[in-house]
Amino acid sequence: MTPANPMTRRKDRIDDLAATAGSDRAAAVREAGSVDEKPGVSLIASAWQRLRRSPVFLIGAAITLVFVVLALVSPLIAPHDPAANLLLDQVRPQSNPIPGPQPGYPLGADDVGRDLLSRLLVGSQQTLIVGVFATIFGLTGGMTLGILAGAFGGWVDSLVMRIVDVLLSIPSLLLAFSIAALATRPSQLTVIIAVAAVQVPIFARLLRGSMLAQRHSDHVLAARALGVTERAVVFRHMLPNSLGPVIVQSTLVLAVSIIDAAALSFLGLGNPNDRQPEWGQMLGRAQPFIYDNPHLAVYPALCIIVVALGFTLMGESLREALDPKTRR
Amino acid sequence: MARFLIRRLLQMVLVVFVLSVMLFLWLRALPGGTVSAILGERATPETRAALTKALGLDEPIWVQYGKFLWRALHGDFGTSTRVLPGADALDIFLTRLPATIELSAFALVFAVALGIPLGYVAARRANSPVDSGLVILSLVGVAVPVFFLAFFLKYQFAVDHNWFPVSGRQDNLSCTRITNFFVLDGLLTRELDCSASALKHLVLPSIALGTIPFAVIFRITRASVLDVLGEDYVRTAESKGLTARVVRGRHVLRNAMLPVVTTIGLQTGLLLAGAVLTEKVFNWGGIGNALADAFQYRDYSVLQILILAAALIYVVINLLVDISYAIIDPRVRTR
Repeated sequence: MTPANPMTRRKDRIDDLAATAGSDRAAAVREAGSVDEKPGVSLIASAWQRLRRSPVFLIGAAITLVFVVLALVSPLIAPHDPAANLLLDQVRPQSNPIPGPQPGYPLGADDVGRDLLSRLLVGSQQTLIVGVFATIFGLTGGMTLGILAGAFGGWVDSLVMRIVDVLLSIPSLLLAFSIAALATRPSQLTVIIAVAAVQVPIFARLLRGSMLAQRHSDHVLAARALGVTERAVVFRHMLPNSLGPVIVQSTLVLAVSIIDAAALSFLGLGNPNDRQPEWGQMLGRAQPFIYDNPHLAVYPALCIIVVALGFTLMGESLREALDPKTRR
Repeated sequence: MARFLIRRLLQMVLVVFVLSVMLFLWLRALPGGTVSAILGERATPETRAALTKALGLDEPIWVQYGKFLWRALHGDFGTSTRVLPGADALDIFLTRLPATIELSAFALVFAVALGIPLGYVAARRANSPVDSGLVILSLVGVAVPVFFLAFFLKYQFAVDHNWFPVSGRQDNLSCTRITNFFVLDGLLTRELDCSASALKHLVLPSIALGTIPFAVIFRITRASVLDVLGEDYVRTAESKGLTARVVRGRHVLRNAMLPVVTTIGLQTGLLLAGAVLTEKVFNWGGIGNALADAFQYRDYSVLQILILAAALIYVVINLLVDISYAIIDPRVRTR
């Protein structure tokens, strides 16, 4: 197989990424030591050295930083209450129903007279929440399964991996739709769960792969020989060495979950309560008005694209920085 | 090779079995359940009880699963309640399949025809402005929600400029149907205006659906060509004095295509998920359209056949990809 290939197959891609952890590290440090880095520099430190000089990473990090800061301060800087129907008297169902830009409302309002700019600003909050919590849930579920499989091996491994294989055998967006459809009362939480569940098998496979790669590596054998308990071997020696690929995947999942949440809203499987705006939901809600008032869809879509791009740029440059194969 | 094939086939059977159990449990877990789905919320307890008995929902769960499996193996997935009330769910799937295959095929052609050459060019000029521009384009391609891209294309080029039709698969032309692949039908019956109309309808949806596969194929081609360009055998070929064309065609491209072929196979399987969104925007009338409607209106019979079919298609494509990979690269067989 050709090395350093980020997306060959879904499974192989995950396994490739997994292989960049742990066992390759010693070789990477040896190799790197002779080229441009001082021997003994840790993986994290040398990755940081490379990231600092990477314009791709800096752009991605800048976008992410602006997004997070915006999510924190947006309620303070938003000109209006995003849930208040301030321009409702201008909404006329017979003619063009959407109030346009006017003094105090630079982007106009939505179909029920709520200030669009305020909704976009405050929308960053729920969007960040969807992305972060979907990633945390997916990570927690995937890590639990991955650690079970990777640490125990044997029948536990076989059982867990068969389940993971089945979950991976459904196109991921379709799986998210199916899980979201199970919700009796759709809400922000059910959207997050549906989007996160799709990531569980991916994280599980990733973590299991990198832990398996370490089971017979020197540092684990050494720890065992010293009489370190099994639990400590798994949590103190194997797990920390497997985290690199997991961190990379997490940044990509942040982007994917925001996009997937928008798709759920588009199909009517999203959160119906829109008092607290979220970009994906705003985009989904804009559907009926898209021909006469495309700006209702374009603004939230642009926000999603920029933020997803930011996370992706960060993830891709992290992947390159942490991958020993690319350090030539 | 035979042992590899048997092992992969057995794995597939197991996956499909577990999948059917999961689908069965999923259907039982859907809010309201089958009875409410068929009768609606306001049915009297007597009719509900009657239907529960008629559907066998009062029997032990493994008996229900057995019957579910038996019916599924006989192609009986029940009748649609909302998407096309009264129509057989399997029929809906079969009549709509050609539309989706046609769209997916064109989307894939778009992705491959653009992704491979551009990926090659980007790799040859790695780190040039052209390369950076293309890489950024491919990253943006993945970051755009598919349905927004579809809306955007439709708005720009169909509503605003009228260059392409807004929705559907063909103009109202009274065309003869043979295979239900509209482009192919037009060619077979020599009704060329039918083919032309179908092609025109295909342009925008294919671009919308093909953008993500394009981005992925582009990046794989680029990464793969970059890898191969650094290999010793390429340097050997060049130093032997082979012409640039021979080195490019025989040594670089041929070796670099291995992972690309695999990626194309996998993207084919993933197209169906994107088709749900694209077909809805363009009112395409294929499987994706039906799935979107079935999710929106909770049409359980249609959902079960379509999800099962989607997973089956994906599993089979995965198997084919694995087999083709094992044929091309013998090292895979021993894993």
